[in-house]
Amino acid sequence: MADEKLIRTENLVKIFPMGSSKVTALNRVTLSFQAGEFAGLVGPSGSGKTTFLNIVGTLDAPSSGSAFVLGRTVEGLSHREAAWLRNRSIGFIFQTFNLLPVYTAYENVEFPLLLLKTPAAQRRKMVMDALDWVGLADRARSRPAQLSGGESQRVAIARAMVKKPPLLLADEPTANLDAENSHHILQTMEKLNRQLATSFLFATHDEKVIGYLRRKITLVDGRVAGDENCRARGAEGTEPC
Amino acid sequence: MLTLRLALRNVLGTGIRAWLNALIISLALVVATWNQGLVSGMDEQAAQAAQAIEFGGGQYWQEKYDPFDPLTLDEAHAPLPPALQALVDDGRAAAVLVLQGSIYPRGRMRSILLKGIDPGQPILDFPTAKITADGGELPALIGGRFAKAAGLARGDSVTLRWREPGGAFNAQDAAVAHVMSTTVASIDSNQVWLPLAKLQEMARLPGEATLVVLARGTPPPPAPPGWTFRDADYLLRDLRELVKAKSYGRTIFLVIFLSLGMLAIFDTQVLAIFRRRREIGTLVALGFTRGQVIRLFTLEGALYGFLAVILGALYGLPLLWLQARAGFPVPTGTEDMGISIGERIYPAYSAGLILGIVLVSLLVTTVVSLLPTRRIARLKPTDALRGRMS
Repeated sequence: MADEKLIRTENLVKIFPMGSSKVTALNRVTLSFQAGEFAGLVGPSGSGKTTFLNIVGTLDAPSSGSAFVLGRTVEGLSHREAAWLRNRSIGFIFQTFNLLPVYTAYENVEFPLLLLKTPAAQRRKMVMDALDWVGLADRARSRPAQLSGGESQRVAIARAMVKKPPLLLADEPTANLDAENSHHILQTMEKLNRQLATSFLFATHDEKVIGYLRRKITLVDGRVAGDENCRARGAEGTEPC
Repeated sequence: MLTLRLALRNVLGTGIRAWLNALIISLALVVATWNQGLVSGMDEQAAQAAQAIEFGGGQYWQEKYDPFDPLTLDEAHAPLPPALQALVDDGRAAAVLVLQGSIYPRGRMRSILLKGIDPGQPILDFPTAKITADGGELPALIGGRFAKAAGLARGDSVTLRWREPGGAFNAQDAAVAHVMSTTVASIDSNQVWLPLAKLQEMARLPGEATLVVLARGTPPPPAPPGWTFRDADYLLRDLRELVKAKSYGRTIFLVIFLSLGMLAIFDTQVLAIFRRRREIGTLVALGFTRGQVIRLFTLEGALYGFLAVILGALYGLPLLWLQARAGFPVPTGTEDMGISIGERIYPAYSAGLILGIVLVSLLVTTVVSLLPTRRIARLKPTDALRGRMS
């Protein structure tokens, strides 16, 4: 069923078998997100944040309930369709950066465009633009092992945003970074959100990230325990998250 | 193309390990090629030697002749039919009379075959000219192996005994005119070559022969009644069987050697899938399907095969070429195996042989690389991203 919202979930349930018992990671979660949001799922470890992100990112399927992402029903997608959706429309940023170790920064950023079969000239421009965006144009030839944690995460952001996807999912993006790098990364993401209207959905329990959010959804034991809009940094109105 | 590019980068990115794996497989390839080349060379040399020295371009056998049954020899001779006589007269065939006999070197009896051949025959390549009768003692030509076994040397006199058609035994002394060194054991062991006319006279079988050897390249006329034509394929079949049997043995050796190389690849693949779980998850998150990931890992494994071919070509081709030129010394005792080979075997490498071994290796490498990737099909991307195995 098509949906005008960017993401919508209805009674989303995810149960994982754990030996002979079962663990309910998500328990009837109903949420929706509009395009352009800068939202985050917060909560302690095991609250279901990453599971929600994985389902929305089409990396996992719900046990029951429905998830609609970019007009597609997640549970109805084949492996190929899900891969196609991730490739075209969803960007991922991981806690551990997950750069391909044998590729340079340039090649890591170029990778999604190669999958999309973007013509070479256009690809070069898009990659350099993306690296420029994250301030790493001069490190294009460096390999992941030669980059610092902050630089690696900025390359990962460039890789996620190079195809200009409508949705970026970031799972604990600052967990491996120091405070200065965390702020730098978050400012980059905020800039992306404002200037390119890319929607961001975070899974985090880092206060630094929470400080940047404009919407905070609190998950506890797989249930939505709170959903509040917050004031953007430097803006007036609502309370900061 | 993207998958291939990534696979190549991943393989080369592993550095020395990639080259070690490739080196092991390339060793298997080069040794396998050398091994098979040796068998082919042996086969080719043996067939050529046998044809040049013993079989010619085929043989007409008197119908009762059975080389594996000496008891048939008493009756396995007949006057040469005109068609075969014409070939002999034209120098396109050589008649051979074969009789059973015995000699008494140093007072010990040895069963032998007495073979008569025209000393001037141009068909078979062994020194029959050495037994040209000059009116003196009966000249005999023997092979080096037989000479050694019987303790005979050039110039020695030896008593020959044979049976005449009526059943009576007759005997005559012969002088060893020449001891020939030949690679074809079947014209050497326990055989005494005499001038055909003399043997016909001794055996009272004038104008008779047991077999007629046709010159190579001569189209065989139809076999006259009472004679059977045996072509080169028929005459070489035992030799081919022997070489084939040796080839099987070498193939087993090849399989074992290749398996070691494949084990290295299998091990590398299993380890790579385990160590690169997070990378697998990342590729899936970026839009790779599982099929593409499986293809990537399979290609990586198959690339070891390609690297091995390149590496093997770099050092193997010059080595194999040198070996083909210089030959390989035949180990002592090989001559008694029944294969006619020279003092050196010259391996023969055909394009088909090399291509066949390369293709088999690439195929096996690909299959071996594919097997561990079944694990990827079961791997959940969410687990892979966290570095877990499902």
